[in-house]
Amino acid sequence: MRHLLRRILFYLFAAWAAITLNFVIPRLAPGDPAAVLLGNLQSRGIHVGAAYLKAIQAELGYNTGDPLPIQYLDYLNSLLHGNLGVAVTSSFEPVTNVIGRDIFWSLGLGLVSVILSFALGCLLGIVMAWKRGSLLDTILSPLLNFLSAIPYFWMALLILYIFGFELRWFPLTGGYDELNVDPGWTLDFIASVIYHGILPALTIVIASVAGWMLTMRNSMITTLSEDYVLMAKAKGLRTSRIMFAYAARNAILPNVAGFAISLGFIVGGQLLTEMVFSYPGIGYSLLQAVQNQDYSLMQGIFLVVALGVLGANFLAELSYAFLDPRVRLERSA
Amino acid sequence: MSLGKDLKHVATLEPETIPSTFPKKFPRRDSRLARLGENLRLVWRVLTSNRKVAIGSSIVAFFLLVAIFGPLLAPYDPTATSRLSETPPSAAHWLGTTATGQDIFSQLLYGTRSSVFWGFLTGLLVTLVSVVVGLVSGYLGGIIDEILSLVTNVFLVIPALPLAIVAVGYFPKGPLTIALVIILTNWSFNARLLRAQTLSMRSREFVTAARASGESVWRIIFFEIFPNEIGIVAAAFVSTVIFVLLAWTALEFLGLGDINTVSWGSMLYWAQQSDSIFSGLWWWFAPPGCCIALLGAALALINFGIDEIADPRLRSEISEHVPKELKEKAVT
Repeated sequence: MRHLLRRILFYLFAAWAAITLNFVIPRLAPGDPAAVLLGNLQSRGIHVGAAYLKAIQAELGYNTGDPLPIQYLDYLNSLLHGNLGVAVTSSFEPVTNVIGRDIFWSLGLGLVSVILSFALGCLLGIVMAWKRGSLLDTILSPLLNFLSAIPYFWMALLILYIFGFELRWFPLTGGYDELNVDPGWTLDFIASVIYHGILPALTIVIASVAGWMLTMRNSMITTLSEDYVLMAKAKGLRTSRIMFAYAARNAILPNVAGFAISLGFIVGGQLLTEMVFSYPGIGYSLLQAVQNQDYSLMQGIFLVVALGVLGANFLAELSYAFLDPRVRLERSA
Repeated sequence: MSLGKDLKHVATLEPETIPSTFPKKFPRRDSRLARLGENLRLVWRVLTSNRKVAIGSSIVAFFLLVAIFGPLLAPYDPTATSRLSETPPSAAHWLGTTATGQDIFSQLLYGTRSSVFWGFLTGLLVTLVSVVVGLVSGYLGGIIDEILSLVTNVFLVIPALPLAIVAVGYFPKGPLTIALVIILTNWSFNARLLRAQTLSMRSREFVTAARASGESVWRIIFFEIFPNEIGIVAAAFVSTVIFVLLAWTALEFLGLGDINTVSWGSMLYWAQQSDSIFSGLWWWFAPPGCCIALLGAALALINFGIDEIADPRLRSEISEHVPKELKEKAVT
């Protein structure tokens, strides 16, 4: 119980840190974001008066007349009310609307990809450790090692080029067939979503599977030399039972423990993947925000991603404590 | 992120096993030169004793050579445009040309210099921050450790790339901004690793002895403890460079770097901006990504090899040239 409380406090602190970083970074930067935004609007032929500039500054939280602590309180207050400002790139829509629309695409893609790559990585790791030194092990290890060093977005470019452009097996952009299918819980729409999601998901799975697999392999090799595995073999248990119920069950712990760090990395990669595939998730919105210097949208997306990753990490830690009783008893790492 | 997980074994290479193999051969008077010789021979042994390390370091050495001498060999000015646009690879243009007729092979040679230079330099700085935070936190303990560990763990769970994108977006574009932001977002992993290592080293006898002889805290941390962690720091540096390379090219790919300098990331940015995929210009976007993947894989290979040297259980081929003293160690 004490462990759980410590972890909850830690994640609350981390969430506060993310929120505060989001406040501090723009104010450390030289120059006036509101002025940049103004220039950006004018270059697109939108005329903006002086009163409007003030309004934008207020919207961004840059009432430079106010002292910093007041600005900070204002910022926290608007966060509490779910106000993340307006997104200039999508005609002054509230940022929360933009993110609310995109988040389901990103969550869907991310969940499916992470679960697939975790399951596949662990399974491959188990088999490779079991058949160590076999052809599979000696070929797959260096190959996956090479794959894990490939940048996500380049992998995405390559997959898009081969399967989308050259072979024309899959669509090049988008989350569903916008011309022929209406969004809704129809079979057509779901099929279209899956069809459009295969390449992005494939990218994320290929780019992230090596990490899970190598950790699993190394941990499994250590576990296989334990006495209880030898005992299980001596008892003449079925191979699959020794592999999964005796060895893998214990060997999987480092992968669950490493989930936190890996997830942050995968989410970053997913954002890039979405950008390449023009997938309608928050990654693609982030790209547009970056290209148009839409600061509110950029910050809103960072905040949502950071809080989402923190939440997922917390769940992973809970499951770790559930899987490994030692954690519940000892001091937290 | 699995790259660094088993690095703690690396520390077992130092310090007990290694110095005992060489010292008697050298006369005492030029002991500094002798120690340098020892170290060089040690490095050479580590490089050649394991196949993975040997392959990995050869590839890294190749990229370093290209980074130094590549621009001298470049057949064209990498930024010079010509009317020969979008030509596929040929004898005149080995890797073809861009949409504006720039020679891609020359761009790659120049880009290697920029990317490798900034990748290794930033990797070094990231490692430096990790070392200072990890060692200070692990050795001092108490409230300073509590605070530093908390900050480390917070940076560990906040996703690095989104934070980097937001931070870079606000500052003037350029390599300095990217370097600083990458340092800010990537130091935490190795800091935690080194803190754990330092904690276990704190109560060793040589540290107690140094403390008893009245050495200052900073001297103990950086001259007594640090040299004993040099193996793990080196491995941490290698894996850091991989992450720095990936983060650096990702930020440049988004157009957040200086898009007018030639680097692997900016090449990919321009390839993407000109829709090179949809015109089938594979020779434009493929080479820079291949270079990143190859260099990254080579660095990862080095680390896997070091892991195997330190922990023979991980080897896929059971009996190969394991250094003799390590073989004995593995048996006991």
